[in-house]
Amino acid sequence: MDLMAVNLAYGIEKLLLIGGIITVSLIVAMYTTYAERKVAAWMQDRVGPNRAGPFGLLQPVADGLKLFFKEEIIPLTSNKTLFVLGPALAMVTAMLTSAVIPWGSSIEIFGRNVSLQIADVNIGILYVFGVVSMGVYGIMIGGWSSNNKFSLIAAVRGASQIISYELAMGLSLIALLMMTGSLSLKTIVQQQMEGGWNILYQPLGFLIFLICVFAECNRTPFDLPEAENELNFGYHQEYSSMKLGLYLFSEYVNMFISSAVVSTLFFGGYDIPFVDEAALSLSIGANTVALLGFGALFTKIIFFLFLFIWVRWTIPRFRYDQLMDLGWKKLIPLALANMLITALVILWLNK
Amino acid sequence: MASLTNRAKVLEQKPMNFMERLYLPAIFKGMAITFMHMFKKKATISYPEEKRPFSPVFRGLHVLNRDEEGRENCTACGLCAVACPAEAITMEGAERKTSEEHLYREEKYAAKYEINMLRCIFCGLCEEACPKDAIYMSETFAPSNFTRKGFIYSKDELLIPNPVNDKEKYDIAKGMREAQLKNK
Repeated sequence: MDLMAVNLAYGIEKLLLIGGIITVSLIVAMYTTYAERKVAAWMQDRVGPNRAGPFGLLQPVADGLKLFFKEEIIPLTSNKTLFVLGPALAMVTAMLTSAVIPWGSSIEIFGRNVSLQIADVNIGILYVFGVVSMGVYGIMIGGWSSNNKFSLIAAVRGASQIISYELAMGLSLIALLMMTGSLSLKTIVQQQMEGGWNILYQPLGFLIFLICVFAECNRTPFDLPEAENELNFGYHQEYSSMKLGLYLFSEYVNMFISSAVVSTLFFGGYDIPFVDEAALSLSIGANTVALLGFGALFTKIIFFLFLFIWVRWTIPRFRYDQLMDLGWKKLIPLALANMLITALVILWLNK
Repeated sequence: MASLTNRAKVLEQKPMNFMERLYLPAIFKGMAITFMHMFKKKATISYPEEKRPFSPVFRGLHVLNRDEEGRENCTACGLCAVACPAEAITMEGAERKTSEEHLYREEKYAAKYEINMLRCIFCGLCEEACPKDAIYMSETFAPSNFTRKGFIYSKDELLIPNPVNDKEKYDIAKGMREAQLKNK
């Protein structure tokens, strides 16, 4: 009986956490679209959306409503099951990754110690990789089932791009994992809290990882699957209404989650810089520190979201052969070299 | 071939050096430029709240003038209609009755006066042709409309407010015609 009660509370706690994180990611994704338009406008000496609500803050709501109320068209020649499955898959995989990210240390509610992480899987990073590479299925299925040449080209481009960059991404992370010795994201964060952020030890690894993240999120300069002037919006060309909305939205959710992963792996996650959390929690309480830590993580995430937008409105798109050249001939050898050097240094230090 | 001037520059196509091939310095430079632009003055004018001033010689929407006593200047001579290259102006003349001397300045007046703003090319020839200073062009343009008919402006839309019993509006309309349009 006791065990049941504990499990019920545990289940409610996790459900609430999942609901909260999904809500937060969706809202952040919503306002990233707003930020994207605003920042793009500022960088081009314009003012951006400012009509819907104060400072145009209701613009994403208006956009969402518009997408919901538009006519939904499923092309006659498309594969209908797959056509519906595509955007759903894109959205689901975008959200799934948030499960293993530690959003903060634990807080105390009603005498229970609640960890701000949905699942502390001991293979956290592998899980992230597995799910992220699933994301390409959304693109591929969407592009294939549309039965449209442009969509198909875009789908093939997306798939080959993500496969190429996943390799370099994994290799750059292996160097990091050799240092941490753990695949659990929580452990990685805790190590960074004690020993300094990983960016200090792995600057090259971070750079490679960041470039690959841009490619995985299909963001400029690697937005070839949805190159509007080459492929008419690529894989989601045949989509309308909220199905299109889900595709566009999943891109922003992906950006949010990727920013969280980058902050967790290289920038200390929920670590507040230059502050000893253990000492601070004695003076102002563990809950406050946990919330502050969540705030710190969020600040880092917002910075990376800004970086995504900033880069998009600065750099033009790669040509396709340049993209492959960069992925296979530059990033993979670099990541390999980085891995070898890290391994040698670790061996030399342990000697 | 010898160059015509000594300003010609020979284009050198050197292979890129290492820093250039690295591509990253160029990216950072570009990002610095875009970041700086975020704080620059915006070129946007928020239209309905804020308006770009027109020059005093701007040829905008037509206004039919009155004299100081509020009498219409137009005598329906038809010179503006003849001068109009787009044939946008139509009018019908009428004779002034004895009781109407406070309304019209001369013995003949325009009973009907219409300008089709869709035909008008805002060249200002009507203004130049008018011998009575009856038509001039203001510093605003025709607002949008839902129907084609709405663009055919009749006399009551074109006439300037009476300076005797509506001095305030007359003054506004003298420079800015939109105040008059809003009150319509």
